[in-house]
Amino acid sequence: MSAKDTTPSLVLDSVTLVHGDGDELVTALDNAQLTVMPGEFVAVVGPSGSGKSSLLAVAGALVSATSGSVRVGGVDLTGLSPRRLTRLRRDHIGFVFQSGNLVPSLTALDQLRLPLTFGKTGEPRDPAALLREMGMDHRADRRPHQLSGGERQRVGIARALVTRPDLLLVDEPTAALDRQRSQEIVALLADEAHEHGVATVMVTHDHDVLHHCDRVLLMVDGILSEYASQTVPSR
Amino acid sequence: MGSVVALIAILMVLLSGLSVGLVNDGVSGLKKLPVSAFSFQKGTPTDGAFSRSTVDVGVADLWRGRPGVEDATPFGNTLVNAKAASGVDVDLALFGVEPGSWLAPQATNGERLSGRGTVLLGQTAEETGLRVGDTVVVDQIDTPLEVAGFLDGQHTFGHVAVGYLDLRTWQEIRAGVRHGETAPAHIYEQATAIALRAAPGAEPDLAAGDDAAGTRSLTLEESFGASPGYSAEISTLDLIQVFLYAISALVVGAFFTVVTIQRKHEIAVLRAMGSSTGRLLLDSLVQSLILLLTASTVGVGLGVAAGAAISGTPMPFELDFGSIGSATAGLVLLGVIGAGVAVLRITRVDPLTALGGSR
Repeated sequence: MSAKDTTPSLVLDSVTLVHGDGDELVTALDNAQLTVMPGEFVAVVGPSGSGKSSLLAVAGALVSATSGSVRVGGVDLTGLSPRRLTRLRRDHIGFVFQSGNLVPSLTALDQLRLPLTFGKTGEPRDPAALLREMGMDHRADRRPHQLSGGERQRVGIARALVTRPDLLLVDEPTAALDRQRSQEIVALLADEAHEHGVATVMVTHDHDVLHHCDRVLLMVDGILSEYASQTVPSR
Repeated sequence: MGSVVALIAILMVLLSGLSVGLVNDGVSGLKKLPVSAFSFQKGTPTDGAFSRSTVDVGVADLWRGRPGVEDATPFGNTLVNAKAASGVDVDLALFGVEPGSWLAPQATNGERLSGRGTVLLGQTAEETGLRVGDTVVVDQIDTPLEVAGFLDGQHTFGHVAVGYLDLRTWQEIRAGVRHGETAPAHIYEQATAIALRAAPGAEPDLAAGDDAAGTRSLTLEESFGASPGYSAEISTLDLIQVFLYAISALVVGAFFTVVTIQRKHEIAVLRAMGSSTGRLLLDSLVQSLILLLTASTVGVGLGVAAGAAISGTPMPFELDFGSIGSATAGLVLLGVIGAGVAVLRITRVDPLTALGGSR
């Protein structure tokens, strides 16, 4: 095992995130503990407004924690300048958004090329080959409005993976998909996590896809707790 | 979305062309003169000097010897109402010049002022139906003027067509001498002003010349203000143009702000993906610039084409490419600034926007 495999891809250590000011304080994350190893696929479930998105925002270096420490690929984010955080997102973190959030004017293949233009990102994967792996090579020249929801999501996943991130953060990937597509997309994420050693954290409402995940966490009112998969409440 | 910019560019070109055309309609006859300056009667108020000033033709001799002055010759200017033989009313700005002098123009049919009683008319008079060989008769005094030819291009003064005629006939008309009556000798000593032509590259000292000749000189440019209504027109039209350009630029700037704000979500996503603010800014500016340049080029092109169509009508239309160029540059600049300001504002918003849907 290489050193990289034994360093956690993501560590949240006693992370608290408080929004707002004065009397209107909202604790979005309350003393969260989380360690995700390379190749691990973790799901976070919980009611709306429970802080799941805040968890992604903090882990993805979009928002700084109020207290506690966040480490991505062994790098402590505390006190890093916005410029360093931007570079860290570019080099180490991949995002998959709801319904893909693709750039409207770009073809599927160009969506994958786009992050590579943001700067040097080590050894990226070949966009065309990655698109083939996602089963999307026949749609490479289509723009987002010409793709189905599932296809957009596949392109979105490929776009997030093209820079070989250590950590993949996935926000409700199946929100706009039917059951069949949802299963396919989450299976694809699981395969990528296991084959390429990408630590993946997925926020979801969809309990039917949890069997693809290695671990399931429950978020309620900003408090994160570990659940064994058999105790996951079904719909 | 480029169509908004293109439409504004068309509007800008057309209004600019119309207002410049209107201003030009007042002084195009003066602009065409090979004159450097006019010497008017001393003490004449600057506005309306062409209608009020009277100078002695002998003053031309005083000017002719001045350093920097190549030549000087008397120039007469008066507005008259006349009637064509067909009964059509024709308003004319009569320019009296010495036949054979450097001030005398040549008509498109090769005619020059041959002698008494002939007139060379500006093109706009041709649009009233006058033809070479027709006779126009000056109202009240019945002086007949035979049309010997037409001049190339727009020759107007005070919004009426210019008619060049020999100085002596002009002096009689100006003095109100009825056709067939004998005129007193002294009227042949008078002209409106002395037209000066500077030697090539020289700039005559007008103030010193005025002291010596007892006149009040205005350069050709300054003399535009001496034509009827010119100052009032130009200040109104300048104001219209300035507001037009400023409003166009502001609208385009605001438009690009809105367009960029619509990209808020997309920009948040790009930021989450690790694109730097500088890169987003550059991206957005280059996009706006390409759009603005393309759209304003198309718009100006269409405006110029529409202007060419208008030019064929009696409506005065004249394109001033300098002002259109700078107005278009202002349009592009404000558009880019609008986009830039919007991007900067957007990149400061909560990056959580990128995690859309799960607000």
